[in-house]
Amino acid sequence: MKPPALAERVGEHLPDVWQSRGEVTVVVPRGELIDALVRLRDQPDLAFGFLCSLTATDHPGKDPRFWIVYELRSVEHAHRLRVKVGLAADDPHVPSVTRLFPTANWHERETWDLFGIVFDDHPDLDRILLPDDWEGHPLRKDEELGGVGTRYHGAFIPPVDERTMP
Amino acid sequence: MPVERVEGHLTGKRPEEIEEEVRRGVLLTSLDKAVSWARKQSMWPATFGLACCAIEMMSAGAGRYDLSRWGMELFRASPRQADLMIVAGRVSQKMAPVLRRVYDQMVEPKWVISMGVCASAGGMFTNYAIVQGVDTIVPVDIYVPGCPPKPEMLMFGILKLQEKVRTQGTFR
Amino acid sequence: MSTGQEMDAARDGAPTVQTPVRDRVTGEVRQETMIINMGPQHPSTHGVLRLLLELDGETVIRCKPIVGYLHTGIEKNTEYRTWVQGVAYVTRADYLAPFFNELAYCLSVERLLGIEAPPRAQTIRVLLCELNRIASHLVWMATGGMELGAVSVMLYGFRERELILDIFEAVTGLRMNHSFIRPGGVIMDLPTEGPRMIAKLLDDLPARIDDYERLLDDNPIWKERNVGVGVLSAEDALAYGVTGPLLRAAGVPVDLRRDEPYLGYETYEFDVPVSTDADSYARYRLRVTEMRESLKIVEQALDRLLAEPGPVMVEDPKVAWPARLSVGPDGIGNDETYLRHIMEESMESLIHHFKMVTQGVRVPEGEVYTAVESPRGELGYYVVSNNEHRPYRVKIRDPSFVNLQAVPTMVEGGLIADAIAVIASLDPVMGGVDR
Repeated sequence: MKPPALAERVGEHLPDVWQSRGEVTVVVPRGELIDALVRLRDQPDLAFGFLCSLTATDHPGKDPRFWIVYELRSVEHAHRLRVKVGLAADDPHVPSVTRLFPTANWHERETWDLFGIVFDDHPDLDRILLPDDWEGHPLRKDEELGGVGTRYHGAFIPPVDERTMP
Repeated sequence: MPVERVEGHLTGKRPEEIEEEVRRGVLLTSLDKAVSWARKQSMWPATFGLACCAIEMMSAGAGRYDLSRWGMELFRASPRQADLMIVAGRVSQKMAPVLRRVYDQMVEPKWVISMGVCASAGGMFTNYAIVQGVDTIVPVDIYVPGCPPKPEMLMFGILKLQEKVRTQGTFR
Repeated sequence: MSTGQEMDAARDGAPTVQTPVRDRVTGEVRQETMIINMGPQHPSTHGVLRLLLELDGETVIRCKPIVGYLHTGIEKNTEYRTWVQGVAYVTRADYLAPFFNELAYCLSVERLLGIEAPPRAQTIRVLLCELNRIASHLVWMATGGMELGAVSVMLYGFRERELILDIFEAVTGLRMNHSFIRPGGVIMDLPTEGPRMIAKLLDDLPARIDDYERLLDDNPIWKERNVGVGVLSAEDALAYGVTGPLLRAAGVPVDLRRDEPYLGYETYEFDVPVSTDADSYARYRLRVTEMRESLKIVEQALDRLLAEPGPVMVEDPKVAWPARLSVGPDGIGNDETYLRHIMEESMESLIHHFKMVTQGVRVPEGEVYTAVESPRGELGYYVVSNNEHRPYRVKIRDPSFVNLQAVPTMVEGGLIADAIAVIASLDPVMGGVDR
């Protein structure tokens, strides 16, 4: 389905939908996420059964602060949809979609690792990219880039112009 | 003009002892040179390819830029059988303890070449995730800059290391 | 399993009797499973992949891949640099397919800007990407062969790859991590000897690929190690989000060049090989066929490039990279006439050049997700802009990251030596997995 028809079709059940730059995006409240994804998967003309990507963006100072972004694709019809869920800063919890899409397992672990979003009912929510004893969630906007001044296990790397020969 | 006598390590020794000393010195120098030459001729690198530089290191060992010209095509997987560690690629914070452990498992004498800017100084990744230079973890002998360095640059670094090994004394 | 007869019986499926081993001190029967750690420093794990294996003798009971040993923070770094500098970061994610990373990123930025690269730039992009696909598959074959014991395939694969890297070096200046594809087009046109080198490659390479097929296709050792190994059914593959040669080997004909064409792929003639065997041997046959198809596309792209000249960067001065590069006596650098123009003739040009290089383009607000077909599968870029000179968020959906989730399914129940064959046929690149 082309984006205009797709937006109309999706908008029948999920009203907060818009098109931009050839893509269709729909915003779903957190409590209705699982039902919406099941409906999007099971209806034969939509058939969104393939989860391509799951990530988050951080907008500190705005409400909602975190947006969880699901990129869905249909293998039968070759169309795409973006589903977004907004989370407040003090409540970064969202239900895990691992039961529906087993591929979400590592994606959700990565989002937890880098952003600190807790996925409820995830089978194994551990850090995946950073060491297990890392503190903080680096991709949040209030965390600094690091490199210069990173402290880990007691080691401290000074800026380049302050390093001297031992 | 009176000659001043200065004490040295041969002072007070009998002629036979001095001859023995001279002979041993000559023997040790030749042995020194022979051992250093043998060490540089067949250094076996340990496989420590991490990222893009590892592909250039493999290219350096492959057919066109042939590392086996210097006896180095045998990349030993076990660090106990290797004497050169080429840290090829960016070292993340999670990988740093592994790097140190592999370095500790290597047997003396051992050398380290830090290949690429990411290993030498953190490269373009001045951020939380990359160790800003492996010389903060292991002692490095040769730094080869580049992103990634062409195989010829790595070969130049290896030849410089071989010079260093050849001129480095062992028994003194 | 102590006697050879027992092992033969086990291979043929007969039930075996395992003599229980009693602990000498306590007298209890010891459990025979062993947990071993493969990697992250290992000659066969394709980079810094760590596999935690629970073994019963030689059989893998459980497998857990642990990644993150190459986490570079690329996504965070792009938020602190301009849009064009992001190309240099992003190209080092999947370092064996750098052009695909640059391509997907630049397509996302161009969609946000609402522009399209000129046709000649698109043809050059197709040419370089398909050459990169061949180079990546050659590295797969070289390292995969070496891990399974066919060491000469390693030398052949790297020898062929050097021919392609020569072309990359002539066109872009670098062998790897090129930063050549920029938002708006490509940074330079092909050099004068470029078409001749590519034509020579098109003459040489098919015979070499025939050589590899003759060496490996019916090789009994290669078949023994690959046929029936690492079977991943289509349902499992779709559930795990697997794309690329693994999905096509399972019978699902998904190829983004065909299904969601970009860069004008719908105008090129090529086939997408699909198999139904879903094992490691099918993936090997698939990738070799893909190499041949890529050569077809390269030939068509080269014909188009020779037919008509044109600009390679978009004309809009607010977007286009200002430098005019050309090959001089000391390599690729700024063009003489352009330097004279900005240094002596026009102050506005100098200021414009300065601003474009230091600040770069300002991209309107929005978000896009662009996916291309990289040698490993669907490589997607989710790029968010906040109407600034820097990206707000760049998320790299790397195919190897997702494909590695299918490793336990393929490895458990098999022998530990088959685990190596499975990882080799999966072709993960840890730079993309960990970013």
